[in-house]
Amino acid sequence: MSERTAAPAGQADGRTDDQADRRADRRAERRAERQAEEGERRADPRRRNNRAWLLVLPVVVSVAFTAVIPLMTVVNFSVQDIFSPGDRLFVGLEWFRSVSRDPEVRAAFVRTLLFSAQVLLLEIPLGVLLAVSMPRRGVWVSVTLVLVALPLLIPWNVVGTIWQIFARPDIGLGGWAVNNVLGLEFNYTLDATDAWITVLAMDVWHWTPLVALLAYAGLRSIPDPYFQAAQIDGASAWATFRHIQLPRLRGVLTIAILLRFMDSFMIYTEPFVVTGGGPGNATSFLSILLSKIAVGQFDLGPAGAFSLLYFLAVQIVCYVFFTVLTRTGR
Amino acid sequence: MTLIIDGVSVRQRGEIWLDDIRLELPSGMTTLLGPMGAGKTTLMRVAAGLSPPDRGRVLVDGRDVTSVSVRKRSVAFVYQQFINYPSLTVYDNIASPLRLDASFPRSDLDRRVREVAELMGIGDLLERRPAELSGGQQQRTAIARALARQVDVLLLDEPLANLDFKLREQLRADLKSMFAEAPGVVLYSTADPNEALSFAAPTVVLGEGRVLHTGDVADMYAEPPTLAVAATLSDPPLNLLPGVVREGRIDCLGASFPAPGAHGDGRGVVLAVRPHQVSIERGGPDLLEFPAEIRLAEVTGSSTYLHLMPAGGRHLVAHLEGARLFDPGEPATAYVDPAHLFVFDEVGGRLPATSAAGADLHG
Repeated sequence: MSERTAAPAGQADGRTDDQADRRADRRAERRAERQAEEGERRADPRRRNNRAWLLVLPVVVSVAFTAVIPLMTVVNFSVQDIFSPGDRLFVGLEWFRSVSRDPEVRAAFVRTLLFSAQVLLLEIPLGVLLAVSMPRRGVWVSVTLVLVALPLLIPWNVVGTIWQIFARPDIGLGGWAVNNVLGLEFNYTLDATDAWITVLAMDVWHWTPLVALLAYAGLRSIPDPYFQAAQIDGASAWATFRHIQLPRLRGVLTIAILLRFMDSFMIYTEPFVVTGGGPGNATSFLSILLSKIAVGQFDLGPAGAFSLLYFLAVQIVCYVFFTVLTRTGR
Repeated sequence: MTLIIDGVSVRQRGEIWLDDIRLELPSGMTTLLGPMGAGKTTLMRVAAGLSPPDRGRVLVDGRDVTSVSVRKRSVAFVYQQFINYPSLTVYDNIASPLRLDASFPRSDLDRRVREVAELMGIGDLLERRPAELSGGQQQRTAIARALARQVDVLLLDEPLANLDFKLREQLRADLKSMFAEAPGVVLYSTADPNEALSFAAPTVVLGEGRVLHTGDVADMYAEPPTLAVAATLSDPPLNLLPGVVREGRIDCLGASFPAPGAHGDGRGVVLAVRPHQVSIERGGPDLLEFPAEIRLAEVTGSSTYLHLMPAGGRHLVAHLEGARLFDPGEPATAYVDPAHLFVFDEVGGRLPATSAAGADLHG
């Protein structure tokens, strides 16, 4: 193999040398011309024009103010023990060590991860199912779109309030129905499992529409001939979904999974309104614990370290998801 | 095997898409030629059973299949877009219609898939997925999928339209021999007259939802029965010139030629001539001369399209051999042999005025 390619490679080299020479000549000529032109305008012809960097400036400034500077403030807090505005002590990585070893934080981490996993397992299939069963054309398209998108239009704390009342066993429609129609004992203020189910159901109700809308957009982009081809082959509905629709949904589902993971892993408002993290600490997710430390106890150092670890966890999981999702099925 | 389209009409939102189509297609290939919007796709969808006609019947071998679901019919369809299952390999794509066909013996599956793939020249790509193939290879896969099951009715809806020129030429040559082996009816639609001419199969010309003409495509090219058929079969487009019948002759932009078959003094006619039969050098006696001004010269490598504006104001294009340079604004004279002119009446019907026209097919 190497013997056979040796001769042509040599030839090729000879050719590229020639070409390179010619190109270098041409380049030298052109440079000379340009220098002659610029020499009249500028004293130093070798100076390069760097003005294009100015175009990046707006991005640099806005990212600095929206992301980098606030983040650096947190980094600053995380390495100090702050007693009062004028009295502080550099403690290095002490807070990172103590936060990462704190059993309460660890329990909340596991709890949040479990919650996110359940959210994804419920919302992604449900959203896809919803999208597949939505009409592809006709007057019903806009009707279903509006109906499906309705929960997304409600402010998060209102969603919390709605469910806080809806799930109450005494005056809430949902809670009352579960107790009196289904005959199951249900009280989210007393029972840890009931509280968990309430928060999970609320998140599914609130965010499945987002997955459905993303998936629907993905499905709508599939040209009709694909479905006709499957029909001609006599493919079943499942085969059509598995081999035509699902592969086309990969892109939007990657986005949906990332969005839903990030959002559910950082969930705060809704459980705060509904359960306040309780009963006990059954629904006390990372964000609820964090705000208790940062705002309730005003322990800025540990809260800063906690925030950075939290941030890191979200980044790592998202990176893993993204890598895995973009590689599978290729 | 015959496919009969019996009085099929399709209306959509008050518009007539197909108007009383009557065709009888035998085994082997038939070309369906028509410009965009002629109703080719609609007709093929009806023939396949993908959409029901508003009126009329579809018969395969004398059996009325109009209301039979497409799933139960023996049809295959190749689209202009390259339609394959994205998650399956080329092998599985070709095998998929066979696997879903309960009557196909499993033991023959592998042999048949490889045979068809070999035929389509994609035998070495069987393990790839469609996304890893070029457009030409994707379409070859789609055609192989359609050929795998030996169907009664094979429909191809402009399968080469989305391919670039070179791939189109290659695939077209391959297809011709492949269709010869297909057992059933093959209906191939195209908007490209050169494609229809090169297949040299029985041709149906479709225009605005109607069958304009059926027959041998070369005959049709040589002797177009109507202006619409002549226009559909001409690429580059026909040059159209206004003419007037006067005492056994036809006058056209200051020139005149004898037309013994034309009757009715003062009657307006339309003269049509193909661009390659317009010349700018006097090539013989008795030619029509049109003094004109050069407007534009398009050079396409091996040939030149010269856009002329004769006195009297009608755009005239001459297709000349070789790359030639002209300056816009310069005068030139266009020469046309009256024998190459097709004469049509006001409604587009052919007049027998110059029956010798087009006899020289290659002009």
